[in-house]
Amino acid sequence: MKLTLAYGGGGEETNKLIHELFYKNFSNPVLESAEDAAVVELNGKTAFTTDSFTVSPVFFNGGNIGKLAIAGTCNDLAMMGAKPQYISCGFMIEEGFEFDKLEKIVKTMADELKKVGAKIVCGDTKVVPAGSVDKIFINTSGIGEIIKDNISAHNLQEGDMVIVSRDIGRHGTVVMAHRYDVDTDINTDCKVLWDEVKALIDADIDIKALRDATRGGLSAVLNEWADSSGVGIEVEEDKIPVSDEVIGLCEIFGFEPLDLANEGTFIVAVGKNDAQKAEEILKKFNNQATIIGSVTSDKKVTLKSPWGSKRYIELPKGELLPRIC
Amino acid sequence: MKTENLTLKDLYFKFRDPEAMKNFANLIKKEAKNLKEPMRVMEICGGHTHTIMKYGIKQLLPENIEFIHGPGCPVCVMPKERIDHAIELAKQEGVILATLGDMIRVPGSKGSLAKVRAEGADVRPLHSTLDVLKIAKENPDKKVVFFAIGFETTTPMTAALMEKAFKEGIKNIYYHINHVLTPPPVKSIMGSGEARINTFIGPSHVSVITGAKVYQFLVNNYNTPVVVAGFEPVDVMESILMLVRQKLNNEPKIEIQYKRAATWDGNVLAQKMIDKYMDVRDTFRWRGLGDIPKSALKLRDEYSEFDAEKIFADILPKEPIDDHKLCICGKILKGLAKPTDCKAFGKACTPSSPLGSCMVSDEGACNAYYRYAR
Repeated sequence: MKLTLAYGGGGEETNKLIHELFYKNFSNPVLESAEDAAVVELNGKTAFTTDSFTVSPVFFNGGNIGKLAIAGTCNDLAMMGAKPQYISCGFMIEEGFEFDKLEKIVKTMADELKKVGAKIVCGDTKVVPAGSVDKIFINTSGIGEIIKDNISAHNLQEGDMVIVSRDIGRHGTVVMAHRYDVDTDINTDCKVLWDEVKALIDADIDIKALRDATRGGLSAVLNEWADSSGVGIEVEEDKIPVSDEVIGLCEIFGFEPLDLANEGTFIVAVGKNDAQKAEEILKKFNNQATIIGSVTSDKKVTLKSPWGSKRYIELPKGELLPRIC
Repeated sequence: MKTENLTLKDLYFKFRDPEAMKNFANLIKKEAKNLKEPMRVMEICGGHTHTIMKYGIKQLLPENIEFIHGPGCPVCVMPKERIDHAIELAKQEGVILATLGDMIRVPGSKGSLAKVRAEGADVRPLHSTLDVLKIAKENPDKKVVFFAIGFETTTPMTAALMEKAFKEGIKNIYYHINHVLTPPPVKSIMGSGEARINTFIGPSHVSVITGAKVYQFLVNNYNTPVVVAGFEPVDVMESILMLVRQKLNNEPKIEIQYKRAATWDGNVLAQKMIDKYMDVRDTFRWRGLGDIPKSALKLRDEYSEFDAEKIFADILPKEPIDDHKLCICGKILKGLAKPTDCKAFGKACTPSSPLGSCMVSDEGACNAYYRYAR
């Protein structure tokens, strides 16, 4: 079955979609109360974020746009030390999109929500004429109670250590491989990261800053932090975990793993004395978690090669395109 | 090594081995002490510029070895009027413009392909040239223009595309040929009489196609040693040591360090296929270097009906566009100046809005300096 404009019309078909698909999968009393707005209760300081998701292809190795929409918003909350609790969800669907595909996306979203214990409490669906959007766009906003306060990109100080939670560049590589018709069996890293963050908080780690390395990859996070905190960061090339498959595809396309997007990988800056402990905690979730470098005073982001030479890591610019030769 | 156990790391790791890098650095430092004059190495190819900057190779070398970054970056040397051609073609009703990756963001005189794509033009970045076949088959009612760029490395792929398209009877692909040749700009730089280059690192993949023999004129006319090098950091370090030794022995010659792929005669089959479809132009304008005779290719006359330059002649701008007045790319390419000597560098001229050729792609000297070594 294909979705027609009638499914976004607000009448019988829309109702059917809401009841048989959304309520069934996202089931919870707040959503099903079907009021004009969701009513929720929160304690104390709360983080609030929004993000819109559009990806080509919609389905990729290890995930789909729905998984991204939940992980992306939950991770933005988690990176502020907030537990993801309530999520809103807006779909913009191109007329002709398969119902089965939408169902698959919704089920994936429900699975991800379950893992983190968050709920979709309000939503909206539009079906628009063919060509108005590319297949399906999803917007999710999320709120959550801040469990640990004062995590900020402005907090970095000389001597702090920088840790990456797993090998980098998977999501960007998978999407590129799909786009350019290269077969690969590696999966996206797309994942909700609250469990990892909570483990660091529970262990009372001196967390300075947290950021998931999405678009722009590790390069972007390090540059944003250096800029916000007015410091430099030096990382060691041979400490940064990258899988063979990602290196291989980057060699083919002429990309830098450092610049590629991740959707379930984060960088954490911690006080020097807690670095080992934080690394050990993160290794329990993924044994590739590693201390990759430290905060310096010289206001530049540098990469040190295994033979001692250094170069700057720049903020990635423009659209990622394969190199000519 | 059994191939079934071969992993990716086996293929590249030894070419990035820290111990090998340090050993070569020590040997070069020791032997370069005896050089009678500073060694000014031009790496002709942008791929080597990229390796040198990305792996911080300059920091491993003594002060009397200096790099002069060469003209071998295909998007950098493309004059603005040619990019304007691509933009005009993309704007045509019923045309799909396909081109290799990073060409999309290179600015012409009024914007880039990325800009016209945003305005509704159908522009397709390719990873593989042969993808053009698929685009043409899926869009039989469209004219697919392949904007072909690159040095000898990518030229055989264009020839292979033509061969396949003709064999399969595909008639809706048109070719806008911008393939350039490696020896002529090097001849032009050395022939100017003011270049300070006294050793060359020869390109890796260009040489796989052309063979190392095409650089013989550098030894014959200018007594300069040439080493054809691989693209990995250990390749470059070994090649520099080979150049130092040639200088010390005062026996300039062509050596091949990239033995695993490059030969003296090159890929003869590829050369024949290029020759079947393409012919040398009388002259071609290079961004930064100006007009250079016999430095680029065009389609042979017998394929005129597929030659986008002829079919779309009416809409293609003809006026040559001069390089920006402030730009000193020509001097940089001759080794007379460094990117940092340019008044515009990093200010009026940046990778996001390049004034001159060397800032355009990440293989250009100014771009590499901007990204890695400011």
